[in-house]
Amino acid sequence: MTPGTLAARRTGPEGLPRLLAGMAVDAAPPTLAGHEDRYGPLPTGGGAELIELVEQSGLRGRGGADFPTAVKLRAVAGRRSPIVIVNGSETEPASAKDRLLLMRLPHLVLDGTVLAARAVGARHAVVRVGERRVRALDALQQALAERSDGIGIELVAGPEGYVTGEETAVVHHLERGIAKPTFIPPRPYEHGLHGRPTLVQNPETLAQLALIARYGPEWFRELGSAADPGSVLVTISGAVAAPNVYELAFGTRMTDLLRAAGGRTEPLQALLIGGYFGTWISAARGEQLRLSRAELRSAGAALGSGVVIALGESACGLHETARIISYLAGESAGQCGPCVHGLAAIAESVRALAEGQAHSGELARLKRWCEEVRGRGACHHPDGAARFVQSALAVFEPELERHRHGRCAAPAAGLPIGAPAATPGRRRTASGVRPPGSADPVRRRPAPGRPRRESR
Amino acid sequence: MSARLRVNPIMCEGHAFCADLLPELIRLDDWGYPIIEEAEVPPDLLALARRAADACPTLALLLDERDD
Repeated sequence: MTPGTLAARRTGPEGLPRLLAGMAVDAAPPTLAGHEDRYGPLPTGGGAELIELVEQSGLRGRGGADFPTAVKLRAVAGRRSPIVIVNGSETEPASAKDRLLLMRLPHLVLDGTVLAARAVGARHAVVRVGERRVRALDALQQALAERSDGIGIELVAGPEGYVTGEETAVVHHLERGIAKPTFIPPRPYEHGLHGRPTLVQNPETLAQLALIARYGPEWFRELGSAADPGSVLVTISGAVAAPNVYELAFGTRMTDLLRAAGGRTEPLQALLIGGYFGTWISAARGEQLRLSRAELRSAGAALGSGVVIALGESACGLHETARIISYLAGESAGQCGPCVHGLAAIAESVRALAEGQAHSGELARLKRWCEEVRGRGACHHPDGAARFVQSALAVFEPELERHRHGRCAAPAAGLPIGAPAATPGRRRTASGVRPPGSADPVRRRPAPGRPRRESR
Repeated sequence: MSARLRVNPIMCEGHAFCADLLPELIRLDDWGYPIIEEAEVPPDLLALARRAADACPTLALLLDERDD
């Protein structure tokens, strides 16, 4: 197959799935040949032309920050020795989409990595994945062995833990082996890995970029709306029959989203949108919404990294909130006083309210703490955790009264809470993957000075 | 001329000298860490704000002064 120029193929796959179209039924990731049969070869070209296509597509980052990808690319493009980091950490326990892409479609993510590097003029990229994601690491390693892109791509396994995936923590870990956030500014795009302008992108964003470069922005906009173009990967869990990752068009009704996941298994009382930094919304309100940024924002929510959790009537929202905030408090990097002490106190307070042990002033104090911790960490960990609790207090307000008068016997909803925190900054690696801090990551696999690959 | 206060929360160890020196703009939370109530420093408090920034044992209180 001859590599095409950018957006040369006017017609891409129609409808859905797009990203997940190339996922084999058996779990094996496709070979490079199989990948190219499905999606076509990686187009040639890059630079400003590619950034222009990304801008026209309206693609936004899928790691949670929802930032316009073209703006991010432009901030790094053309500056001195830029570098690309693929942030495949996916430390949100309720999200599984990046893992799925890395395990099953590694070549699509690597195509996007190469394209992003070409767009900004980077000759090196680092793919960072949590060390427990052994299947993703294996799939990436195999895929990298098949490719020769003219870009040095290095695979790095990093420690697990909620805040280790925050972008400054990723850079910090690659530089010094310490997977904790750093004080901003500077942000990585200005002063990132080894002081270089650093483009940090999420795997799904890059996979979308790989399709946009092939089929063009008009094709990308065939799904979704003008404000929210394209498709999005959503990890749906909780009280649904088939919890999993689904690719949906923006604009999809929340009821259809739940139907895609096999439908609800019982009447719902609430939806948690955006993961554990997200927002509870009552089911009555949430089921009226569509998957659009404006509609979610009107309900005080954001899709985050694409997480929707359905909470059934049989569960107790307060108990689930207590479990999750206790997990989040334990995941603090332990660097900032307001986060360490504030989240621990907030978690204890929610627990007391849920268990009917709170004194009369507890709720007011909890609300004050939630206000006070916001914006007072080096990263957004306290902000996300506080927002999550505040939304719980609003949605489960009737429960609060009930819990004051006695214990609640609702069974646990079995939400994905995540394994106990790994020691932050721990240096352990999967086989064959460079331990962090052992060497300058960009020097390990020098970029060969030859073109990407012979055409076939 | 404008001046804004910030705290580097990683450096801050809650010595709380800042809230002593500049209670007009900084109060403490329940654990003794500073909450900046008003980041913009009015001209009449600028000298005190500089003193507070200088007094911080961990240099966590930052005063960004700009000519504008």
